[in-house]
Amino acid sequence: MPNDSNNLIDVEDLWVKFPTRTGMFDAVRGVSFSLGKERLGIVGESGSGKSMTGRALLRLIRKPGIVTAKRMSLHGEDLMAKSERQMRKVRGQQISMVMQDPKFSLNPVMTIGEQIMEAYSLHAKGSKKAAKEKALEMLRAVSIRDPERVFRAYPHEMSGGMGQRVMIAMMLAPDPEILIADEPTSALDVSVQGQVLSIMDKLVEERGMGLILISHDLNLVSSFCDRVLIMYAGRIVETCRADQLQQAQHPYTRGLLNSLPRLDQPKRRLDVLQREASWRDASSVVDAS
Amino acid sequence: MSGIDIQKLNVWFGKGEDRVDAVIDATLKVASGESFGLVGESGSGKSTILRAMMGLVPDYSGHMVVADESLTKKRAASFYKKVQMVFQDPYASLHPRHSVDQVLSETLYLHGYKDIDQRVPKLLSDVGLGGAFRFRYPHQLSGGQRQRVAIARALAPEPKILLLDEPTSALDVSVQAEILNLLVDLREEHQLTYLMVSHDLAVVSHMCEQIAVMQHGKVVEILSVEDMRKMQPRHEYSKHLLTSSLGYSRQSADL
Repeated sequence: MPNDSNNLIDVEDLWVKFPTRTGMFDAVRGVSFSLGKERLGIVGESGSGKSMTGRALLRLIRKPGIVTAKRMSLHGEDLMAKSERQMRKVRGQQISMVMQDPKFSLNPVMTIGEQIMEAYSLHAKGSKKAAKEKALEMLRAVSIRDPERVFRAYPHEMSGGMGQRVMIAMMLAPDPEILIADEPTSALDVSVQGQVLSIMDKLVEERGMGLILISHDLNLVSSFCDRVLIMYAGRIVETCRADQLQQAQHPYTRGLLNSLPRLDQPKRRLDVLQREASWRDASSVVDAS
Repeated sequence: MSGIDIQKLNVWFGKGEDRVDAVIDATLKVASGESFGLVGESGSGKSTILRAMMGLVPDYSGHMVVADESLTKKRAASFYKKVQMVFQDPYASLHPRHSVDQVLSETLYLHGYKDIDQRVPKLLSDVGLGGAFRFRYPHQLSGGQRQRVAIARALAPEPKILLLDEPTSALDVSVQAEILNLLVDLREEHQLTYLMVSHDLAVVSHMCEQIAVMQHGKVVEILSVEDMRKMQPRHEYSKHLLTSSLGYSRQSADL
């Protein structure tokens, strides 16, 4: 387990549990990883616990959900020990999260500008004028051509790609060190997807942020991220460098890769993933890279 | 012959200032037994073409000959015996309070079949579901199983043509592989003609021999799957779609 001071986030043995009528359901089971100033991808199918891992980092798991961890720290500061009031300082200011669908994450009855200004002034003191300046600057940073107009617009007047860029602008206004993006582009078309990713890419590069990209899209993660965690049934089954994802070893990762149709390799039948019980039972891979 | 011939199809919504032209002069031909793909971004009009064929849009102009039937504003019941549609979201297209048995029986009854009790298990086994699924409700099924039920429902009247509207986009990749395999098998078994809409070029290239690329309601290019695999589209926009589908790259995103 790497534990040098360059790490922004260190997570050790993270569990997320939900009590149900039929007993405890473990959504995340003993996950350990760390994040530096890099683009870390978390991939897996629906129900693999990838979003829960992202939410647990911000302590956004609602009751009756239970989060436990041996360690979950930001710059060595224990996130688990923080009070709800202290966590509110962390959220947005230090760690920000971009959700999947802008339609459901923006307030429909507030203009875009008001929302970004609100996000900003919650974390930074300053005049309203400064907040407005910042909001316009952020909109420009996410390549919105006409920031003045978008500033006054309501969310329903935005297309999906615009909405997602607005979300990113809002999340970046307080200058966080870490951005968690949960399927930020799955509601978008491929070409818009490229634009949104390149904006995040640039920001990570320029500001030296850490980025966690949660996605089900293997191609996207392998082409965008530096490092990938592959999750299955609440645990990490494999970690690897993103550009080596095609050479992944674990049968689950291999199965996922083989079940994708490919433009360059036509085949008559796609391989169907045969799940094995042992994948579920083995303990989580410790992130060693 | 059970092909599709669409000439100069125009579909619009609203009127006056609010008029939106969803499909503009679309012309495409699908031979009997062929599998044809429509790709494009959201709002490019690909699903609208399918809906126009099924009679689900109020206003359109142009000529459509589907399964030897020249389509007019009204579709005869016999039309739906030949042409069926599978929708995108299996969570939304099945009635939550109808069991699989009810869904399929009702469909069979409406198409005038008498031997419903024999046909339901046959339909289920066609789509790879055992008899145990017959009396389940949609919430007791996974996404892939639901889509199988939706496909079984579409197969009920023994159609010749299936219109597939993003049949796997709501599913995980491993489940997607199962459904795509099923669709390939069914096409072979029943000699079906497919017209498939998808935003995923890899899926379309796996399923289809001919592919039409749509942008802003227009068909900008029709190309064969071989040309697509060789990455040799003629139109600029198809090239752009192809490169973006390969994943993220810094150069292409900056364009």
